[in-house]
Amino acid sequence: MAEAVSTQRKKIHPHKFTLWVGIGSIIMMFAGLTSAYIVKGSMAGWTTIEMPQLFYYSTAVMLISSFTMQWALKSFKERGMQQYRRLITVTLLLGLGFIAMQIIGFSQLWEAGTKLKGATGAGQFLYVIFGLHAVHVLGGVIALVVIFIKAFSARIRNYNPVPVEVMSTYWHFVDLLWVYLFVFFLFKL
Amino acid sequence: MSHGHAEVLTTHEVHHDEHGAHHHHQSFVSKYIFSQDHKIIAKQFLITGMIWAIIGGLMSVLFRLQLGYPDQSFPWLEDILGNWARGGKITPENYYALVTMHGTILVFFVLTGGLSGTFANFLIPLQVGARDMASPMMNMLSYWFFFGGSIVMLSSLFIQTGPFSGGWTAYPPLSALGDASPGSKTGMDLWITSMALFVVSSLLGGLNYISTVLNLRTKGMSMTRLPLTIWALFFTAVLGVLSFPVLLSGFILLLFDRHGGTSFYLSDIYIAATNQALPNEGGSAILYQHLFWFLGHPEVYIILLPAMGMASEILSVNSRKPIFGYMAMVGSMFAITILAFLVWAHHMFVTGLNPFLGSVFVLLTLLIAVPSAIKVFNWLTTIWKANIKFTPGMLFALGFVSLFISGGLTGIFLGNSTLDIHLHDTYFVIAHFHIVMGVSAFFGMFAGIYHWFPKMYGRYMNNTLAYIHFWVTLIGAYLIFWPMHYEGLAGMPRRYLDYSNWSSFNQFGDLNKFISTVAMIVFAIQLLFVFNFFYSIWKGRKVTTQNPWGATTLEWTAPIHPGHGNWEGEIPEVHRWAYDYNKDDRDFIPQTEPISANESKH
Repeated sequence: MAEAVSTQRKKIHPHKFTLWVGIGSIIMMFAGLTSAYIVKGSMAGWTTIEMPQLFYYSTAVMLISSFTMQWALKSFKERGMQQYRRLITVTLLLGLGFIAMQIIGFSQLWEAGTKLKGATGAGQFLYVIFGLHAVHVLGGVIALVVIFIKAFSARIRNYNPVPVEVMSTYWHFVDLLWVYLFVFFLFKL
Repeated sequence: MSHGHAEVLTTHEVHHDEHGAHHHHQSFVSKYIFSQDHKIIAKQFLITGMIWAIIGGLMSVLFRLQLGYPDQSFPWLEDILGNWARGGKITPENYYALVTMHGTILVFFVLTGGLSGTFANFLIPLQVGARDMASPMMNMLSYWFFFGGSIVMLSSLFIQTGPFSGGWTAYPPLSALGDASPGSKTGMDLWITSMALFVVSSLLGGLNYISTVLNLRTKGMSMTRLPLTIWALFFTAVLGVLSFPVLLSGFILLLFDRHGGTSFYLSDIYIAATNQALPNEGGSAILYQHLFWFLGHPEVYIILLPAMGMASEILSVNSRKPIFGYMAMVGSMFAITILAFLVWAHHMFVTGLNPFLGSVFVLLTLLIAVPSAIKVFNWLTTIWKANIKFTPGMLFALGFVSLFISGGLTGIFLGNSTLDIHLHDTYFVIAHFHIVMGVSAFFGMFAGIYHWFPKMYGRYMNNTLAYIHFWVTLIGAYLIFWPMHYEGLAGMPRRYLDYSNWSSFNQFGDLNKFISTVAMIVFAIQLLFVFNFFYSIWKGRKVTTQNPWGATTLEWTAPIHPGHGNWEGEIPEVHRWAYDYNKDDRDFIPQTEPISANESKH
């Protein structure tokens, strides 16, 4: 509620700051999971898997979407609303594409024989960690849908860049988080 | 953020700049139920926490009945508990369910949600000089996730197989295998669901508390002018935001082990109940313990820090003296926050942890004694030679210090991995943590309620009832938990239903009866407090002055009944720290008063 904060001293917008703290919180969650992976990976009976090719492509999709998000923010700030709308749509589609690719990647792994049941191994961790990351991307996609609707609504005229800035920061974060997780698994598999 | 965005404020916002407080009429639902006012949300947390405290406290009375009188049956128990107490005796499964729920409820729903949920919400905006939290909407959601989690946890008490019964720490395999015990079936699913909702609530709240303290302080309110309550609540929120997600990670893996057939925590298990060997291999229950205690230990300080902060504030106000060693207080809270993350394995000394690693954790654990001792020293020097006003809030703050000292000293015993071989999982541990974080955090909470009740409701609580409440609770708490040290030193293990087959513990039969009797009396006195609380909301003596305790902090510059927005007109500006008591022959100088030319330095 902006009205509660409008009379306050402003350094960084509180919503942006809240997002950064939230990002710290999400980092702790994945730090917990990846350190669990490291601990388990050094134990006897650990099995590894082959990283599906598709995840390389989904990495590319994620990186491109980060680029379009940044471009969308730039257009918004320059009041290039037409271009902003196009770019936000592209980002949204790329985000959905990423989630779809993750799901297909999971099903490829599943068919290649990596199941949840039974002995522990890298595959089980991969499903959980990549799955949780996909849930965080899904959260971003839902936020993108809200921004998308606002961008195409004829009724709302809003040039406040804070929501778009918050959105883009979060989107870059899930992008970087994915790169970290992907590289982590590449090294550890 | 750059300064170029001022022009995008809508007319709505400008309107509020002029008035400050809200005046428009709100419906009952938006004012008291789905409220975004931090003060109402604080009261919602408080009253929900009180209901949980009654439920959780009643559970302890029920299992103390079993522990005090293991050979007797109470037919009336079957009347109220039904199958939980067939033939008037609590069944073993339900005894475990009771202790598990008592722990879960008191640690999370009362002393985390009820304590920091209440006071972080109530005090942060009022004491830093903000109209509300950084995001009132998220703040409201925080309460409703807490409420949802509460409903799910409560409903688990009423299902046929009973609530979860494997201990509040929910260690696998008991928590991971539905066949392991009745409580591990649906009860455990509800437990995890409820806890996940609780974690979300804590995170939403914590994010808000941090960004409010760092970003929404009023003009002149530098970090070193913050009252210690705010510092404490700030560090509490930092702890929660960094440790609860790790707990959630642990729960997610646990869920996969329960329902996906994975082996994160499970290995080589044979279930006697179903005569079945499980296919799980390679899992490690220790992994869960690491993930759990990485939250679990900071959680202790999440519970304790708000009590420390409030006690500091209340001791200073009622001693009419500045807090001794303000920066040392902040520094020691910071040290506690850092150390909280580095000591979790002291809960695991006997689970097969590498002894060398254990010795590192012993060192780090004992280091916590340093900031704790600094704080105790500063509290004692604050009240030293002071003209103390023994208000109920002050008495409870003094009680907090007493309990923190007594309970903290036994922590030095338990922090030693060698002594822990003998003491782990005995009544000594129960005595230690109940005194140092259970009862003492409750005392901090009571101190806070008595002290800030006039600000919350514009009325006072009844002093006579409060004094009775204080003395019975303080004496009762020591009478309940002090003897448990002896039982624990003798080796009496915790979590047992019946010790009568154990001839070495027969000597404690009468002591157990005594403890149970005192526990019932203390519980009854808490109901007196609850009565006092609700009676005083409507019938208490009215507050007639803005600043009844003569305190310096900002909340007492707001109207007696602050609206949503807290101050009419401008938010006051701050010119000094929060502890100018008895300075230059003046009883107190509010934070809003500019420093005059001929004023002495601190």
